[in-house]
Amino acid sequence: MSELAASDTALRLGLVGSPNAGKTTLFNALTGLRAKVGNYPGVTVERREGEIDLAGRRAVVIDLPGTYSLKPISADEAVVERALRGEIDGLPAPDALVVVADACSLERSLLLVGQVLRLEKPTCLVVTMVDELKSRGGELDVARLSQALGIPVIPVIGHRGLGLDSLRQTLGEIENWSRPPVVPPADAIDRGAWAASVLGTAFRERPGRSRTTDAIDRVVLHPVAGTVLFALVMVTFFQLIFAWAEPAMNAIDAGIAVSTNAVRSTLPPGFLADFLADGLLAGVGSVVIFLPQIVLLFALLYLLEDVGYMARAAFVIDRVMGRIGLEGRCFVSLLSSYACAVPGIMATRTIPSPTNRLVTILVAPLMTCSARLPVYALLIGTFVPAENVWGPLGLQGLVLLGLYLAGAISALVVAAILKRTVVTPENLPFYLELPSYRIPTLRLWVSQVARSAWAFLRRAGTIILAAAIVLWVLLSFPRAEGVSGLAAVEHSVAGRIGHAVEPVIAPLGFDWKIGVGLIASLAAREVIVSTLAQIYAAGDEGDSLRDAIRKDIDPRTGKPVYTPATVASLLVFFVFALQCISTLAIMRRETNSWRWPAFAFGYLWVLAYGSSFAAHRIVGALWPV
Amino acid sequence: MPVLSELKAGELAVVRSVDGADEVSLRLLDLGMLPGTGVRVVRRAPLGDPVVYELRGYQLCLRGSEARRIQVEREDVAE
Repeated sequence: MSELAASDTALRLGLVGSPNAGKTTLFNALTGLRAKVGNYPGVTVERREGEIDLAGRRAVVIDLPGTYSLKPISADEAVVERALRGEIDGLPAPDALVVVADACSLERSLLLVGQVLRLEKPTCLVVTMVDELKSRGGELDVARLSQALGIPVIPVIGHRGLGLDSLRQTLGEIENWSRPPVVPPADAIDRGAWAASVLGTAFRERPGRSRTTDAIDRVVLHPVAGTVLFALVMVTFFQLIFAWAEPAMNAIDAGIAVSTNAVRSTLPPGFLADFLADGLLAGVGSVVIFLPQIVLLFALLYLLEDVGYMARAAFVIDRVMGRIGLEGRCFVSLLSSYACAVPGIMATRTIPSPTNRLVTILVAPLMTCSARLPVYALLIGTFVPAENVWGPLGLQGLVLLGLYLAGAISALVVAAILKRTVVTPENLPFYLELPSYRIPTLRLWVSQVARSAWAFLRRAGTIILAAAIVLWVLLSFPRAEGVSGLAAVEHSVAGRIGHAVEPVIAPLGFDWKIGVGLIASLAAREVIVSTLAQIYAAGDEGDSLRDAIRKDIDPRTGKPVYTPATVASLLVFFVFALQCISTLAIMRRETNSWRWPAFAFGYLWVLAYGSSFAAHRIVGALWPV
Repeated sequence: MPVLSELKAGELAVVRSVDGADEVSLRLLDLGMLPGTGVRVVRRAPLGDPVVYELRGYQLCLRGSEARRIQVEREDVAE
């Protein structure tokens, strides 16, 4: 049977529920790992569907985005309502709806249930976390709840798989589902009264406060202890991506080097060997190198999310982020971007507000990522005198600190500006649920981390690999026989582009060689170092490259190429310019269009050009050569 | 009538009304801030804002800018 014919006959079940209701756990429990992930057209909302077999009858479970209300207040939220009504092209409306609600917050969730029932589709209610309800002293009469609502109600404990058989059985007999005798009221206040009367009959005992959550929060949200804990968690995030991923990244580098050598020693020198070693293997390496950071970041991120800490961290830092128009959840992404913008941008998935998420994605490249460090180290180490300014504080360290601060401050300023201009201003309230602490399940955790890593490889990795190969072609073709170093690079397409753009970059103090370096650095910022080394036919390591650039003389002026003005200009350029195809690829994946990566690329290059020009003039006036 | 943002940690109140009829007010109602709903102020964030409230069996954080719209009546602390 063809895929299309199958989905025509399959029953479509829409899974509706608020965040933290246990919807994802239930979806995974029902569909296993066979979910298909995509995007809804036009918005950045993730779309997940999975097939299940209901006693011989095939069904598709559609995991709709978590929502507190069916009355949308933004384009992204409208997706749920439009999907439920079948108003999205190519997506028929679900045949039946499954509302997922946490037993402890049923008093709130019934407001959403009421909205869903107004759609007048076959509906059933799954009440999750009934074990937690019991531990909080609550007692729910499921039969009476079902009677009061007029629909089937199935209690489950999703993470232990209890109640799933009964749910599957119910899903298999939609024809027999009872319908509510009257539709709940449209007005929110009247619906509140309806919910109160339903709960009055259904709860034998209301749940009390969660003692465990209260006790943990007394420490975790304590003004002093909570702040210290927040700082510790954030330092751990930073360490994880910055330092602890390094052994794995070095191992990948070494693995690629071994494979490159193997290719070089087995194949005769020539085009094929060059392509496999410097083009393909280096390209694969530039994709795989991100995996340790991504896996580690998401392992910690999802662990803290599943436990319930991420919402608390957002609560602690919200005031600071609110000042620039963002929210607490943006902090982790921006911090992660200090190590690398790719995992940082992927981490924005946990930001509920679409506009805040977009702004965070757009400014993430401004945070000083670790790929800039080799470039800063080369330039500062070569040209900034190693003298102490004040006590043990050295000039070199101060310059480096200044570059880091310039990145962070400009990210915050740009975020504040974007929030008021480019991104459609929305009158959206800020709200954040603090879920009860929960013990995460290994299965859900592993599947979340694996899904993120796989999504990166499949959707961003392919673009990164292709771009790396294109750059290799630009730097090695047309091939010049018998020459190497400067002459070979000058002969290549990249060398010609470098010469062609020289008039444009000359006001910044850059010559064609730096131009080629900037083109090559599109693969990854630190590549400019090895490209310059190749151009100057100098070793990558040691002082030979430093000597070479220090002694390089502009043949036309007879003065050094690297004047203080040019060095300052180049450093400033690296603070701002988005020279990273991997970042563009991940932006494309996370925003589901080329529009935002194009915008980020454009505004950051304009910012880089303008700032470098200013730096070149100012430093040139202060330290004339 | 006091507004929710004026209340101190530990205080209990009952929602009387939510000001305005825009998206913010609509969402506050859909989050359960309906007239007659009992709310407990759980705690302030270390930097003073936002504040955690407990209502309808769950904990919700709101910033002062949103909580200011919610008119409440203080209740005596029972405990």
